[in-house]
Amino acid sequence: MTDPILSVRNLNVTYLSSRATLNAVRNVSFDIGREKVAIVGESGSGKSTVGRAVVRLLTPSAKITADRMDFEGKNLLSLSERKMQDVRGRRISMILQDPKYSLNPVVTVGEQVTEAYRVHNKVPHKEAKERALAQLASVQIRDPAHVYDLYPHEVSGGMGQRIMIAMMLIPEPSLIIADEPTSALDVTVKLQVLAILDDLVRDRGIGLMFISHDLNLVQSFCDRVLIMYAGQVVEELRGDELGDAKHDYTKGLLASLPRIGDRRGRLSVLDRKDSWSMPVEKRP
Amino acid sequence: MRRGLEAMMISNAGILRTRFGTGLSLVASILVTLFGLLALTFVIGRVMPVDPVLAIIGDEANQETYNRVYQQLGLDQPIYVQFFRYVSDMVQGNFGVAILTGKPVIDDIIRVFPATVELATLAIIFGAGVGIPLGVYAATKRDRLADHIIRFLTLIGYSTPVFWLGLIGLILFYAKLGWSGGTGRVEIYYTGIVQPITGFLLIDSAITGEWDVFWSAARNIWLPAVILGTSSMAYISRMTRSFMLEQLSQEYVITARIKGLSARQVVWRHAFLNIRVQLVTIVALAYGSLLEGAVLIETVFSWPGFGAYLTSNLMIGDMNAVMACVLLVGILFIGLNLLSDILYRVFDPRTRS
Repeated sequence: MTDPILSVRNLNVTYLSSRATLNAVRNVSFDIGREKVAIVGESGSGKSTVGRAVVRLLTPSAKITADRMDFEGKNLLSLSERKMQDVRGRRISMILQDPKYSLNPVVTVGEQVTEAYRVHNKVPHKEAKERALAQLASVQIRDPAHVYDLYPHEVSGGMGQRIMIAMMLIPEPSLIIADEPTSALDVTVKLQVLAILDDLVRDRGIGLMFISHDLNLVQSFCDRVLIMYAGQVVEELRGDELGDAKHDYTKGLLASLPRIGDRRGRLSVLDRKDSWSMPVEKRP
Repeated sequence: MRRGLEAMMISNAGILRTRFGTGLSLVASILVTLFGLLALTFVIGRVMPVDPVLAIIGDEANQETYNRVYQQLGLDQPIYVQFFRYVSDMVQGNFGVAILTGKPVIDDIIRVFPATVELATLAIIFGAGVGIPLGVYAATKRDRLADHIIRFLTLIGYSTPVFWLGLIGLILFYAKLGWSGGTGRVEIYYTGIVQPITGFLLIDSAITGEWDVFWSAARNIWLPAVILGTSSMAYISRMTRSFMLEQLSQEYVITARIKGLSARQVVWRHAFLNIRVQLVTIVALAYGSLLEGAVLIETVFSWPGFGAYLTSNLMIGDMNAVMACVLLVGILFIGLNLLSDILYRVFDPRTRS
């Protein structure tokens, strides 16, 4: 691992309501350098909450605490909202799951990409538009000038996701949080999008937090994998060592994957143990 | 009736849009709807329990007179001939003579309708101009004190009877404070100075340079306009709040925040753009009902408008005047629907073909 861009120690996210408190994320610690780090887990395990906690975009009822959440030498938790707006987009950006919902339906895609640049760079609209066209071309959109004037409903899912990536790359961030970026795409398009993300990490030295529930995918795609269960990281492994997992939960997940060539018998089902939800040790 | 017309408009436009170009289909849809409206008013006129002959000759006349008038009115003709006559009369603006004023109905309407349009337009400007920002603000402060206060006040504004507000307003702003003029469109000594050009007194007095009349008209109109607009304002603000909350929970809002936009920028540059279509719908409907049904406020403020005219003619059973009013309201709603339809296309790219 290279020097960490983002270093998180004992992150906790608690939802407060009048009736109960819910600990959605408990003592999660990790570092991300110029590499691809996956966070996997089932629905409700808190993986997306970790991503959104890093950029502080959770609902106001969520309380975020951490011993440390350092990004490029700044403690993200102590920044004012105004300073945080400078970090969002410009230094950390996020790719969401489905471009059908994550793009504004009544604004042309070109305007949305241009806006991402102009939020952080006070330049004339024309100059920003040129940047946006170049950025669209760089994510393998063949006719950027044509695509620029389209509305989100007029582009395909794969193109929508490439537009989303272009929009998130244009201010040149150093960390990208990809929240299930390929779950809404079909297989061939998925590979194209992954290739673009892969190039970013290799060529531009960007750190990638890859939130997913697809074990097969992260095994081959990511350098390191954090396994989350009930709001905690239960195990941390290198991607290619996922087969040697020690934790029962990880082993159970791997065992429940269907494999091509296997006998088509019943797949194994997780036998959940209460001990998995017990608090894990804090990291210093 | 309004519901029926809307449904008619929507289905007609839908069928026709697939076959013709957009412009052509709009024109065709208007014509078909207008025809339906004429047929409807014709049938209403026929089934109303008011005997048109008796309305003219009174119930003292003998059978011979009755029969003569019956023939003169064409009531002995077959239904389709009567309908054809009715349509050609309506198209020429020949609505007959109003019993109450003794003038052609069309002249009466030209006189009273601008008074109502002037009042309702100012009312809807107030309603939308205050209601929309208030609703957006409440949505951004969801469940906080400001939100609760706005929701409480708008609930009161929506529930308070408008005639009561009118009376209280007159006592407070006219009788006690003197900030407003009294009833009617202008003070009594300014009446008749400005000859109607557009029929809108504020505009006419400004064109002719009669500024004393203009200020008197402005002093007289602001209070009824604000009171008339209050319930629209309350309704629009509550709807805006819920439209906005729905949009603020969408994923594209997170996208915009992650780009580095502030919460306020996201509201106005992104979420607001997505509620415009819904706002057009409710504002157009609110405006329509202000034009059609400002009866109470027109009564309280002695406003010589359309609502008061329609009501007084209904009371004496003057079907000529009533049918003309019904037709006008129908045309008004066709017009507002058309306007909404055009604005939908402007505001939402997904509705353009």
